[in-house]
Amino acid sequence: MIKQTLLALACSISLLGIGQEENSGGTFTGNIESIFQYLNEDTLIGADQPASKGLLNSYMNVFYTNGNFKAGLRLESYLPRIQGYPSNFDGTGIGMRYVGYTNDFVDVTLGSFYEQFGSGLSLRAYEDRALGYDNMLDGMKIVLRPIKGVTVKGVYGYQRFAFQEGKIVHSSGIVRGIDGEVHLNQAFPSLKKSKLDIRLGGSFVSKFQLDNNSDLILPENVGAYGGRLNLRYGKFTLDGEYILKEQDPSQDNDYIYNYGHAAVFNAGYSKKGFGIILSAKSVDNMSYRSDRTKQLQNVLINYLPSMNKTHTYNLVTSLYPYATQPTGETAFQAEVLYTIKRGSKIGGKYGTSINVNYSTAYQPGRSTSSINPLDSTGVTYTTGLFAMSDSLYWSDFNINIYRKFSKRFNLTLAYYNMILNNDVATVAKTKGLIKSNIFVVEAGFKFKKKRSMRIELQTLLVNRRDSLDQETSFFAEGAKPVDKGDWATVLLEYTINSHWFVSAMDQINFGNYDKKAVHHPYLTVGYIQGSTRLTASYGRQRAGLFCVGGVCRPVPASNGLTLSFTQSF
Amino acid sequence: MKKIGLLLFVFTLVVGVNAQEKRHTLPKKKVASVNLMDIDGNEVNTGNFGFDGPVIISFWATWCSPCKRELNTIHDLYIDWQDDTGVTLVAVSIDDERTKNSVPMYVNGKGWEYLVLLDPNGDFKRAMGVNNVPHTFLLDTDGNIVYSHNNYAPGDEDELYEHLLELKAEE
Repeated sequence: MIKQTLLALACSISLLGIGQEENSGGTFTGNIESIFQYLNEDTLIGADQPASKGLLNSYMNVFYTNGNFKAGLRLESYLPRIQGYPSNFDGTGIGMRYVGYTNDFVDVTLGSFYEQFGSGLSLRAYEDRALGYDNMLDGMKIVLRPIKGVTVKGVYGYQRFAFQEGKIVHSSGIVRGIDGEVHLNQAFPSLKKSKLDIRLGGSFVSKFQLDNNSDLILPENVGAYGGRLNLRYGKFTLDGEYILKEQDPSQDNDYIYNYGHAAVFNAGYSKKGFGIILSAKSVDNMSYRSDRTKQLQNVLINYLPSMNKTHTYNLVTSLYPYATQPTGETAFQAEVLYTIKRGSKIGGKYGTSINVNYSTAYQPGRSTSSINPLDSTGVTYTTGLFAMSDSLYWSDFNINIYRKFSKRFNLTLAYYNMILNNDVATVAKTKGLIKSNIFVVEAGFKFKKKRSMRIELQTLLVNRRDSLDQETSFFAEGAKPVDKGDWATVLLEYTINSHWFVSAMDQINFGNYDKKAVHHPYLTVGYIQGSTRLTASYGRQRAGLFCVGGVCRPVPASNGLTLSFTQSF
Repeated sequence: MKKIGLLLFVFTLVVGVNAQEKRHTLPKKKVASVNLMDIDGNEVNTGNFGFDGPVIISFWATWCSPCKRELNTIHDLYIDWQDDTGVTLVAVSIDDERTKNSVPMYVNGKGWEYLVLLDPNGDFKRAMGVNNVPHTFLLDTDGNIVYSHNNYAPGDEDELYEHLLELKAEE
């Protein structure tokens, strides 16, 4: 009897203990995302039905921190992968895991990690799960902060190349790197009050891969190194980075022995109501991978940002987008943002903002005059910083005007003129330049009880060619549109309350060779509660950055049902 | 004796469950600690912003229209929110190198008075379990996450403000 009471008491105490325990067991955080597709065959838009009919992508991140200790892992599952996802994702298993220790001075990680040196021209390990991009490093990373304003980083590891049968597959080459940065105004107290703000940095990255080629003598260790500078004086900013890459014969550059370089410069000025930024980029022979035989988006060590605006309207993003050319390009960009004052005659009650952007890219200028093709150096041309040829890769002029008329109504007008060299940055089965003009009208309405509506009308018109494939005017007799011809999009999005929304979209392909309009209707219903989000969509869909219900995500082309679930915790 | 024992057991169970429930309504989940740069080049640790009042963390990007809509809407209300609750908004841009340079231009052009941090490689985004932008978190004065919302539709700012007032009332 006494024993039983004692037992009950002991039980109770231990239960109480659990109940009252302070949360000293550390913190778990993370997120999960799951996308299911059931796809139909659709010959009209060229969509196939996968053999399994159903497709499922899922991943879940779990991060644990307790004081200075940290650990984390990601479980991934592709059963099989959704359409458009890269082919090297397959199975269920652990795709990322690490342990680490961090305090104010040191931050050390063992296992998987992501990292970026400077603007990424020498090294950037990152992920974009929506795109299916993951070039994380597996190994060791250390970050030291000896004094305020000084950061030193070291990384050493194998890159993730693929995820096969639920296991990480590494690239065959190893990546090592060191990076240092000093913010002078934080590091030196005497400069704290200086109006000129200076940050200096430098990095050295090296990869090692065995020479597995019987015909060539390949460099097994390839370095990439350079420096960067960020200056700010009041409202002016100026920054730049220059990286040089050693001889790196690869599949990308047809096994030439040229050095490569990448440089990016930005100058900006901004104050309330006005901002301007000018950018320039020079890249030559700068594809840098931990496996010289790989292509596409695989095992890239560095990141070369494409110098153009990231657009959001679907006809602008999904049809003729431009991707960066790692083998070489000389590019420029200018952007101005101006807000016409509130309360002024032209600006209206809430002001009107105008955004103008222009970007262009050319093939780098290359000279072979001093090259003897018979010598054994393997150097096939000479070039210089910002050397330019007259071969156009890309040009994009766009203007965007936004005005809020009242609490209940706002309007956006946008125009885009784009030229894409499809022989270089191939996106369609057509030759030469694709020129497009795009017009967009977007209207937002707010009603009572948190109800709101958004309407988008977009149209894209492409250039015409005559029967001899010569460019001709838009209205000329016998003129045929390039690629698939002209497009229009109608989108209606209705927010019922803070939980529910519905949207209906149709993308119409008209002005094509057959003169037959092809519709792409797409319906979405979504439910949001806190950090849980559920959506169900049905219809035809084009590839591109897709924005519905307040969230943007890149998605591939399909016809069928898509269910998606995201949760943060 | 047996009865007393049983009674004791049930009693402590109830207390224990109550304690659990209390913990459930007040989850002690701290904001992740990551070192980021603000748009003036100063390093900021997200685990310790050093503000007196509550903090709103809003993940956004220059290419995300709903994000900009949310932050521009709050911008009009921000002075009143600050006066009433002492809140500070931290706008974390997930723009990468491609569009990072237009962040200061956009922020200054719009006259935002937020603390704007740059997360070009997604370190803070990953640590906070953010799937998509916009994603907004509300932190109490001790840095505990008390509310989060993924999405923006007009009117959501009112709900955020209600949670902010609730937080203020508790303190």
